Amino acid sequence: MSTSDVTTEGIRGARPGREALTGSVATAGEQRRRRGRRRGEQAMVPDAEFRSYYGKPIINQIPWEARDIAGYLFLGGLAGASSVLAAGAELTGRPDLARPMKYTALGAISGSVAALINDLGRPARFVNMLRVFKPTSPMSIGSWLLVGYGPLAGVAAVTGATGLFPRIGRAATIGAGVVGPAVASYTAPLVCDTAVPAWHEGYREMPFVFVGSAAAAAGGMGMLTAPAGQAAPARRAAVFGSLLEAAATTCMERRMGMIAEPYRGGVGGALMRGAKALTVSGAAVGAVLGHRSRAVSAVCGAALLAGSACTRFGVFQAGVQSARDPKYTVVPQRERLREQAEEKAGDPRSNGAATR
Amino acid sequence: MALDERLGGVPAADTGDGGPRMGFFTDTSVCIGCKACEVACKEWNMVPEDGLDFTAMSFDNSGGLGADTWRHVAFIEQRAPIGLQESGVGRPDTVDLGIPSFERPGDTTGADERGEFRWLMSSDVCKHCTHAACLDVCPTGALFRTEFDTVVVQEDICNGCGYCVPACPYGVIDKRKDDGRVWKCTLCYDRLGDGLEPACSKACPTDSIQFGELDELRQRADKRLEQLHEAGISSARLYGEDPEDGVGGDGAFFLLLDEPEVYGLPPDPVVTTRDLPSMWKHAGVAALTLFAGVAATFFGRQR
Repeated sequence: MSTSDVTTEGIRGARPGREALTGSVATAGEQRRRRGRRRGEQAMVPDAEFRSYYGKPIINQIPWEARDIAGYLFLGGLAGASSVLAAGAELTGRPDLARPMKYTALGAISGSVAALINDLGRPARFVNMLRVFKPTSPMSIGSWLLVGYGPLAGVAAVTGATGLFPRIGRAATIGAGVVGPAVASYTAPLVCDTAVPAWHEGYREMPFVFVGSAAAAAGGMGMLTAPAGQAAPARRAAVFGSLLEAAATTCMERRMGMIAEPYRGGVGGALMRGAKALTVSGAAVGAVLGHRSRAVSAVCGAALLAGSACTRFGVFQAGVQSARDPKYTVVPQRERLREQAEEKAGDPRSNGAATR
Repeated sequence: MALDERLGGVPAADTGDGGPRMGFFTDTSVCIGCKACEVACKEWNMVPEDGLDFTAMSFDNSGGLGADTWRHVAFIEQRAPIGLQESGVGRPDTVDLGIPSFERPGDTTGADERGEFRWLMSSDVCKHCTHAACLDVCPTGALFRTEFDTVVVQEDICNGCGYCVPACPYGVIDKRKDDGRVWKCTLCYDRLGDGLEPACSKACPTDSIQFGELDELRQRADKRLEQLHEAGISSARLYGEDPEDGVGGDGAFFLLLDEPEVYGLPPDPVVTTRDLPSMWKHAGVAALTLFAGVAATFFGRQR
């Protein structure tokens, strides 16, 4: 028989080897005396900061393509913030800013949905995303947001282009402007609601990094496409976005401690540094000189768009790097356990909980 | 076969949702690293071949859990005594068995080094968490909780979004490259439904893998831990048995002889969705900040 019954009394029909102990019980006393100096288990590599299984990662690697999903984060942010700018421009009589922002929103959201579908293992089953509504899944919420936002952005762009149904167009523009910020910010919980250390541990600041990056990108697009006379809000949005992104990124890295390393080193670090240089310089130069020259405005706008893309690809890459190295999983968890143990030791009510 | 009798061969649907929670207790102290569990799992579940390679680090040739490895036996070699093991137990001098040899094992290493070596072997598997991140984040509802309180993927629903892969704090579920969908241990949902025990525990020759009702397994594990501690094996510890831990306790838990990370397990896993309410709040404030910030750009000088 190769099976046995597990009961509260013990195992019935168990093999004799079932009770085997590692090591010999008979010589335990002697052993303990002899090894008093080095008792118990030894660390395999005592100098190492942490232990691991042959240095292999603990969590499985993110299966997403950087082009698709980092691109999806960038385009979703661009679309959402563009809709807010479009709505503001429409309501304040800046049609030459409103129109390109509406086109941008439709183009970007279409591109982001295409990227998302392309990244699915079974693209034909995309509609399964709409089988359920699950608040515990940011991807489910995001799918429903896209279902609501996409048509609004589409109607706003098409009515803007054709001039048909101006009232419906205006309502859709305002609607897209209201839903847009949610589209731009929900992608932060999307990536943070994972076990990827560099993503999860940044969940407080990541939404602000993302909406800042989105505002900078939309502002950049406005500077690139609208005449300088109507692009003042776009320039200010770029300044607002770049400042918010820079501040949130700094806070995030400071809070994370050692988990922030992937944001500073490797490809992720390079992308984050490039993002900061492009975004801050694009916004600053654009704010000072953008209203004088269409060409300068366009170059700054392009730099802002590139900076926003670099931020998203940098965050994505930092996540990949933090998933690859078991250090980022083990060390913070060990630290957490040590803190909990210290707390318990300080609490006189609980002792004997040290075994775990 | 305990489960047969308990269910009396009744189809799973008839047991209802109120049935006991089933799980695994993997006692790694008696694992011999035979990999019968890996083979049985592959055979029964028709999991495709995923490379017949050696990892060049140990006898481990499957590396870790993934789409095509639902049971994974870890091999750890340590320059440490096995518990309180002594070589040459019970006899002062070595006995000559008459086997021809030029040199006796251990002669050149010196007395201090003899016995300073141990194998740790452990069969890893999906933990079937009480609070399962993969299930929480699945946007299609393909992942669901069964009447046995296990977590299973419905392969006809999964659209391969891959969200569950980075959500799992243990690195269990993964995407199959040529197939596009995600796969993991089902705790042999089909066998359970027919009153059979899972293939891996059925095949385990040392009962290192024990299958049963979780409550009973926990009691057994406590007894086993006590037994090992009494025997002086102070490094023995349970992993994943505590309903108070970050995932609410594992449906498949372990007895380990070293720290979890040595086996490739996270020392303090937390279900990522525990922080999700806070994430939504932060995202909501960020969305309002974006709206207000961009709206504010329309005030001021018309430059």
